[in-house]
Amino acid sequence: MAESFHELIDANRRNSILLVIGFVILAAVTVYAFAVAVAGDLESGLPVMALGAVAAILFAIWGVYGGGSAVLAMSGAKEIEKADDPTLWNVVEELSIASGLPMPKVYTIDDTAMNAFATGRDPAHASIAITKGLREKLSRDELQGVLAHELSHIRNLDIRFAMLLAVLVGFLVLVCDLFRRTAFRGRVGRKRSSGSGGGPIVLVVIVLALVLSIVAPLLARLIQLAASRQREYLADASAVELTRNPLGLAGALQKISGDTEVLEAANRATQHLYIVNPIHPFEKRASGLLSTHPPIEDRIARLHALAGDARA
Amino acid sequence: MTFLVVLLVLVLIVAFVMIGLYNSLVRLRQRVRNAWSQIDVQLKRRYDLIPNLVETVKGYAAHEKETLERVVQARNAAIAATGVAAQAGAENALAGALRQLFALSERYPDLKANQNFLALQEELSSTENRIAFARQHYNDVVATYNTTRLSFPANLFATALGFGPEEFFEIEVAAERAVPEVKF
Repeated sequence: MAESFHELIDANRRNSILLVIGFVILAAVTVYAFAVAVAGDLESGLPVMALGAVAAILFAIWGVYGGGSAVLAMSGAKEIEKADDPTLWNVVEELSIASGLPMPKVYTIDDTAMNAFATGRDPAHASIAITKGLREKLSRDELQGVLAHELSHIRNLDIRFAMLLAVLVGFLVLVCDLFRRTAFRGRVGRKRSSGSGGGPIVLVVIVLALVLSIVAPLLARLIQLAASRQREYLADASAVELTRNPLGLAGALQKISGDTEVLEAANRATQHLYIVNPIHPFEKRASGLLSTHPPIEDRIARLHALAGDARA
Repeated sequence: MTFLVVLLVLVLIVAFVMIGLYNSLVRLRQRVRNAWSQIDVQLKRRYDLIPNLVETVKGYAAHEKETLERVVQARNAAIAATGVAAQAGAENALAGALRQLFALSERYPDLKANQNFLALQEELSSTENRIAFARQHYNDVVATYNTTRLSFPANLFATALGFGPEEFFEIEVAAERAVPEVKF
């Protein structure tokens, strides 16, 4: 039984690392191509790339430290005390004992849609938020499954990973926008035409830069979505490792999949954080490349398979 | 000369690996101790809740003296118990007595509607989960520690440096099932 959890966790870690490497290569090539295109020679690409890296790191630090509270504020989440909802509080505290993590802050969102998310920069500065709609419709076992899923996002540092990817993708999109504007104003390649020359390679890079300025944001978004889907499977698996009860989370997902409501407070920037996609909860395309979450039927099927393992 | 430099570098690498391993063994053993004390914290939490529960039930079902006394006795026996086996037995008796008390409450609608009783029921059922989770976490941490001390190269020096094996908390399946089923 323990074997299958660890295999899942290891596979997910490997995939996440590959995705991040893919993202870094994409961003580096894009920034390099832009620099060459604007400056008109190959040498000026590297210092600009270094500058881009520094800017990206600054962005990432800002995202990791300030992102969590921004997301909570955007979703209209309110922090609760034990007296507000003793059962919810107890379930979170029980799970933090099971995982050996400090207890996260607990928030509720005053919305009848069924959803939940976790955010923060590390387990000591983490928060879990749940909508009142979900809180009211779940049994204790199901609530435990959902909160274990969220606590697993905290334990696996997905909260930081997701925030980091969101900020970096945003940064790349910004750089691409900036480049396209520059290009449209006719600044690209100007230096080159004024004399010094750079040969056909520079010309190729300029074309590449123009293509990348359109394609790179899309590719980056796809990478982010793929990473997000991987992390959902991992969080489901580690939730079961904590509760030793796959059927709780499976039951909760079943109930959530029957929910037809869109969460008003969610938007494109925060959708990947939730336990199920809050904007397109039941579209079948949720299985496609463009979704933040794996299809819910598939997640339920995997949990039932784990339940089979546990009984064997 | 080159040989000496290479030798020195090798010795330094080995020393760094050893220091790193030693420190992680210390850290893991500390986590094992910490996880063990967490179990005691949760058991104590249960002892502390029981007098309150007994007082509340007394107000509605005073003539169920026998059941109430059994709970109090089981609690005191569990607090006094020393040694792992005796403690496990006393905890099981306590869990059984509590289960009886909650079964009995089914017959008293007024008691079941009492806010204080409902709150205590939630706290006790949460405490059962906490105890189970604290034991589970203890076993998880012990598994990590034992794996580390048995893995190469830590296995070469772990025992010599006093990092002995830690024992799992084991409880018979039947006894584990004896945890009171508390509805809410």
